[in-house]
Formats: sequence, C-alpha cells, structure tokens
Amino acid sequence: MSSHRAYPMFDPGQAGVPDDLCPIATDINPMLPGDWRSMRPVVDRDKCVKCAVCWLYCPVQCVVERPAWFDVDLRTCKGCGICANECPHRAIAMVEETAG
Amino acid sequence: MSTAILEKDLAASNKPRHIVCEGNEAAALAVAMVRPDMVSVYPITPQSSLVEHLAKLVADGRMDAEIVDAEGEHSVLSVLQGAALAGGRTFTATCGPGLAFMFEPYFRTSGMRLPIVMALVTRDGITPQSVWGGHQDAMTVREVGWVQMYCETVQEVLDTTIMAFRIAEHHDVMLPVNICLDGNYLSYGAARVTLPEQSDVDAFMGDKDVNWHAALDPLRPMAVDPLTGGSGGKGPATFVRYRKGQCRGMQNALRVITEVHAEYAARFGRSFAPLVEQYRMDDAEFALMTLGSMTGAAKDAVDEARDAGKRVGIVKIKTFSPFPVEALRSALSGIKALGVVDRSVGFRWNCGPMYQEVQGVLYRLGRHVPAASFIGGLAGADITVEHFHRVIDQTEALLTGAVPSGPVWINEND
Repeated sequence: MSSHRAYPMFDPGQAGVPDDLCPIATDINPMLPGDWRSMRPVVDRDKCVKCAVCWLYCPVQCVVERPAWFDVDLRTCKGCGICANECPHRAIAMVEETAG
Repeated sequence: MSTAILEKDLAASNKPRHIVCEGNEAAALAVAMVRPDMVSVYPITPQSSLVEHLAKLVADGRMDAEIVDAEGEHSVLSVLQGAALAGGRTFTATCGPGLAFMFEPYFRTSGMRLPIVMALVTRDGITPQSVWGGHQDAMTVREVGWVQMYCETVQEVLDTTIMAFRIAEHHDVMLPVNICLDGNYLSYGAARVTLPEQSDVDAFMGDKDVNWHAALDPLRPMAVDPLTGGSGGKGPATFVRYRKGQCRGMQNALRVITEVHAEYAARFGRSFAPLVEQYRMDDAEFALMTLGSMTGAAKDAVDEARDAGKRVGIVKIKTFSPFPVEALRSALSGIKALGVVDRSVGFRWNCGPMYQEVQGVLYRLGRHVPAASFIGGLAGADITVEHFHRVIDQTEALLTGAVPSGPVWINEND
C-alpha cells in the first residue's frame, strides 16, 4: 500500500467540535487507485512516439514523461484503459493484474 | 461590510424609522440588516418580489453580499452549502414547487448542520393548479430537520428573520431555519413596520462563526459529509450518532428560540411569543388553535365571542418545528374542547396536519379533550372573522355534542 500524509488533519476534539454535528472525516485512508486496479497498462517503448495523447486523456494524470517514451505511475493508475484505447499507435496494452 | 442599509434614506433625515411595506420586502430588509455574505435565489410566486427586493438592495449598494442567480432551486441551496462551509452567512427564499425541486439539498442542509436561513413564502401544493398561499409546502417538509417558525404579521416577519440567524447559528442548535410567511397574506400584505437601528442589529448579531464545526478550509483539512451507515463496521453507530445529534439540536432549539426572543424583546422593545402564544386563555373553557396570519382574524372573532360571554381563547403555534410539546401541554392544560384550524391537508389521517400532531399533546394531558379539525384558507382562500365565528360555535358544540368524524372544510361553500 502507498502511504500519503501531507497535511496535519483537522482535530475536532482539539477544536471543541462535538462528534455528533456535521459528519466529517479526518482519518486519511492510505489506499491509492493503484491498490485496487484490475488491469495494468504496459507501454511498448518501440511503438511510443511521445505524441502525448495518453497524457492528455488520462483522467487521473498518472502518465509520466520519460526520455524516449511515456510511462505510467502505477501508484495512482486505476487501470481504466482510456490511454490504451486512445493511443493512435497501439503502443499501450492492458494486462490483467495477477495475485501477488 | 461598511454599508448600513437605509441610512442614506432614513437615518440621515432624522425621520422615525417606520415604513409601509409588504412581507417580502420586510424579509429582504431584515436580511440586509444581518449583513449576509451570500444570498442565492430563484424566483417563484409568491416569493418573487422578495428576490427582486434582495437584488435591488445589492444593486443599490445597500447590501454588501454576493447574490447568485442560480439556474434552479436545487443549485440555489447547493451553492449556499458551499458558501456556509466556507464561513459565509447565507440566505435564500422559496416556496411550493421551488421547495420540491430543492428537496435533495434541503435534507442535506440540516444533516450537515449548516445554519442557512430561508424564507418559506408558503404556497399550497399543486395540483389542482394554483399559485396562491397555503401551508401545504411547509407541512410536507416538517420532518426534514429544519427549524420552522410561522409569522403572524409583517412586523413579525422582519423581526423573526433577524432572530432566525441568531437561532440557526447558535452553537447548541446549528440547524437551518425556515421563516414561514403566508403566501399572499404576508408576502404581499402591506403594513406599517418599525425598522430596527442597524447598530442595534449589529450588536444583537455579534460575531459571525458559522463553519467552526465543518469547513472547506485548507488550514483545517477534513472530508465533509463522508459515507456513513450500512450494516457493518462503525457504520450503524456513526449514522445513529449524527441522527441523535440532529435531534438534540432540535430540542436545544426550543430553549434557544425562547432565549433569543427574550433578548430581542429586551433590545428592540418588540415581543413575540417564541413557541406558543396564548390569547385570552385565562379562564378559557375551550380554545382554537391557529398558525400564521389567520390568527389576526381569529383574534377579532374571539374578542367578539368574549363580548358575547363565550369563554374562548386562542393557542397560536409560532414554532412548529421542533414541535413545542411542553409549551402546548401547558397552554392546553385547562381546556375542555379544542378546534384546530389548519391551512393545509393531512391526506393520511383525513384531517389537518397540525390537528394530527396536537393529538399527541392532548394524549399527554391524560384526560379526554374532544377536538375537531378545521381546514381552510387553501390555495389563497380567505379565512374571515365570520368563518372563525363558525369555528368557535362548532368547537363550543364539542363540549356537549359529538366530535365530527372528518374535517370541517371552512371554505367549502365559498
């Protein structure tokens, strides 16, 4: 699992806010989309021409630029497959995640 | 926040601060005086002129607030939820079909404990198609966790609107408030109104603190209104905890409404019964129960009946939600018969909704009090002094005769 804690969260108890007013959550769930992905994009570096179509379409903006190709940040990729569908060079394949 | 409303027109000229205005204008003037940060509105009869007055106050520079003309009532209240979570004092107004369109965020507002104030310019339910007053819209949403106070006069609309913000924002309440003003009768009824001094209103309102409990604030990171409930984990207990908190806030409101009315009377010299008004109830043998602007005609009829030797009084409900059970039990403790006049219909029990609710209070009296349901004033119909004389006669008849099996329809032959 990924870890993520950038800000000190609001502490209702310290602020004197009763715990039966507006429902609020101050515990951060450390899960990221990559923790529940079922399909993973795999980029074929020979086919990628860095046209950036995948980078434009990615809804979670997990496409990262490499010197000669575009790659995917698998911590935040949720496996939606939009990049593979949109890639004009068929350079991205969706591969099933397997246990472990 | 330096714009003091009306000072340009009235205070500078040293005239007494009395004007003649309609209820919708009185509500708008009161809103300007509490210095809201944002008002969001969508016009709908009979609330429309309230929107026009608000827009004019902003356009004329007499109210320093953002006014958002959203594309519909659902967005109107959603916009205000964001504004309230960002710390703004907020106001809106609607009625009838607009309230129906607003229902999803309407429920969410009370659950999120956002102290948004809304004038509900009551209108009858459609269909049959009509555009006139009645309490059907407000009664339909009486179980959604909003505080609802019904006004009798234009002056009470102005004063209650100011008080509503104090009640809503009280830390023991933190609930949205409806000021219910009767469509047509109060919305368009013009009357003499005394305006409070802006400096007095400022002192009465105190410091604004509306998002201390839940906020859209980068310095206080939190997720607002996350998923709760379900049947597993902490879900059920979490959901119940917040629901109980809402119920506690509603019960606290009974005390806070009373306190705020007393403080308002002390500062401004105008006193209104906060929960339940008793009119000529000393030694009363039987009573009428009323709600809203109809009470004026009922008082005239009761005065005449008293002159004719009938021992009748009026119990008027101002705060309908939360239901003032103890105040009503006290008010009704000595009577032997009750006639409840509703301006809306309770379809399930074939009676008026207020009649249905007051049955629970009569049960708690521990003795049988015959009561009859009268339904009148639907879709803008007038309930006249003459009508109330008939209500008085029929309620008096309960002392010796049988209780009618169904409701008495006041305007049936009008």
